[in-house]
Amino acid sequence: MKDVELKMLERAKELLANGEVARVVGWKKGDFCYDPSPAVFETVEELDEFVYDYFCGANLSKYLINICKKEGKTAVFLKPCDTYSFNQLVKEHRINRENVYVIAVECMAKLDIEKMKAQGAEFVMGVEVVDKEVKAFSPYGEKTFYKPDVVLTKCATCEKTHQVKDEEIILHERPARDVNRFAEVEALEAMTEDERFAFWRSQLSKCIRCNACRNVCPACSCVKCVFDNPNSGVAAKANDDKFEEQLFHIIRAFHVAGRCTDCGECSRVCPQNIPLHLLNRKYIKDIDGLYGEYQAGETADGKTPLTSYTEADAEPKDVFGEVK
Amino acid sequence: MLKISKERLNELYEKISEIRCLYIPIKKAGEVNYAVWGEGKEVSLETLKTVKSPKSAFFPQSENLMKFKTEGKNIEIVDVREKLGEKIDERPLVLFGVKACDYKAIEVLDKVFLSDPVDTYYQMRRESTTIVTLACGKPEESCFCKAFGIDATAPQGDVTTWLDENNLYWQANTEKGEALTALVKDLLVEGGEAEVAAQQEAVKVIIDNLPFSNLDLSKFKPENLNELFDAPEWEEMSEACLGCGTCTFVCPTCQCFDIRDVKTRDGIIRFRCWDSCMYSDFTLMAHGNSRTTQMQRFRQRFMHKLVYYPSQNDGLYSCVGCGRCVNKCPQKLNIVKVVKKLGGKAND
Repeated sequence: MKDVELKMLERAKELLANGEVARVVGWKKGDFCYDPSPAVFETVEELDEFVYDYFCGANLSKYLINICKKEGKTAVFLKPCDTYSFNQLVKEHRINRENVYVIAVECMAKLDIEKMKAQGAEFVMGVEVVDKEVKAFSPYGEKTFYKPDVVLTKCATCEKTHQVKDEEIILHERPARDVNRFAEVEALEAMTEDERFAFWRSQLSKCIRCNACRNVCPACSCVKCVFDNPNSGVAAKANDDKFEEQLFHIIRAFHVAGRCTDCGECSRVCPQNIPLHLLNRKYIKDIDGLYGEYQAGETADGKTPLTSYTEADAEPKDVFGEVK
Repeated sequence: MLKISKERLNELYEKISEIRCLYIPIKKAGEVNYAVWGEGKEVSLETLKTVKSPKSAFFPQSENLMKFKTEGKNIEIVDVREKLGEKIDERPLVLFGVKACDYKAIEVLDKVFLSDPVDTYYQMRRESTTIVTLACGKPEESCFCKAFGIDATAPQGDVTTWLDENNLYWQANTEKGEALTALVKDLLVEGGEAEVAAQQEAVKVIIDNLPFSNLDLSKFKPENLNELFDAPEWEEMSEACLGCGTCTFVCPTCQCFDIRDVKTRDGIIRFRCWDSCMYSDFTLMAHGNSRTTQMQRFRQRFMHKLVYYPSQNDGLYSCVGCGRCVNKCPQKLNIVKVVKKLGGKAND
């Protein structure tokens, strides 16, 4: 990964130095090895803080909604999953494609420090990744993890490839993998209604209505969310265990259905680790089944199953059976 | 000093629950938060940081304040005060397992809610509560309570406890603490001074070596208000902020709330719920919002913690170094990064 970071840094410096772009969007170093933040770099000097490593999991695409309105061109480093969000935002006219220079960067799955801590990592001061082995270094000694156990949930079943690029920095071949991203959804579908209700109740009752899932979501790009708008009549700030929060997440999943690219940021950012991506994945799976396989964000144009009509579209009876 | 073996802790919880409502860190769907103890609940005292702080015991995330019922030309105001935001019971509260940072945070909240005019909702819960603190056995790299002069090995409270592999050690500090001790005295035996002293010594070494323990806060004082407010770095520091409420809702000292009315079938309920200065509709007034950009909202949060609050409270910061924001910010922005950026050379 260090070689990839150096190559990215070199390109960022070139692009800024020769004036091809006005700014570069990437990540900057944090206080630990695992807390880089998304960042905008406008000068070569600022790039001293640039970083790209196994903890750069954040999706940068949504930031471009505002950044691409600024004067001059913006270069951005996008991982495979981020490019789907990017395309979707271009499709929805939220990003002006012409103002953005996309540099596709390899990913190799990002690590989840919370998972590492839950599995016994303490005081992580550095990590080293070799194939499927993650070594964490700390003052208490060294600890080794099996990488698939400690990657971000969104990375665990990812098979995405770059869907848009103006150039690429890919130095290593990603190992082939055999994953089924719908396995968890299938497990929920196999439950009885009561079991499923109990599962979601227990998960969603943890919600603190911080709105991190909504605010990070590239598909949730409304300028003003109805739930924040005092004039909407449905503004909802209180977290109500009995009713509101359970509907909030389901309504949100419905609202982004057909546009959600399964980038998995909702689950990554949830402070209570609610597996919100499973709601979205259920809708993706249903759309695949009812309208034919569809992946939002594969292209920045074309028709989408829920916003276009064909005679072959699913009828209510296809979902609910014949109505008597 | 008294002690109880770890195997018997369930008996302790049972005994307390006979006449008190025990609010304690409980694991649910994978995460540990304070909740009311009951049979079969999975208590997790070992968890260093609950996701939400114990402030919800006195200041629940949502609570009903009053109810208005109209009949003809009469409006009846109904008292609907509740204990933990849900009608549980009338037992006085025992808040159990509070860490030193979170205990200090209660002092920060007291200065707000118990100052004139007193918030009677907060006061009702606060005054009837016995607080049992728990010393930290293994602080982690995101902890920085020492920077605020807090000793994680000797928290105050009505009762102070320490936990090691074998026992929970118990020391009453106040009358309330003595009363609670009397309630559970049959379960406690004498001893533990040596074990506690050994743990304290070992933990102090860990704390001294934590990366944020020596943060220099000296720059954050009222006379530097304008300079800090006008610092150009705010733009860059807030760039990645999502404007979500995670930092404010996991924070043990954040105290802002919103009050709204909601129409129900048999009247109007006035409720309050936590609000976040990160939100676009925070302190929204008829003329609009006083802070229109995320940079201004971001700056407000940290200026409040490090400058505004201390300037009104004899220099007491309204950050206690619990490090929850360090762990939980989705984009890894936090108060440590702000202190380092604006706090001067000592933090390099």
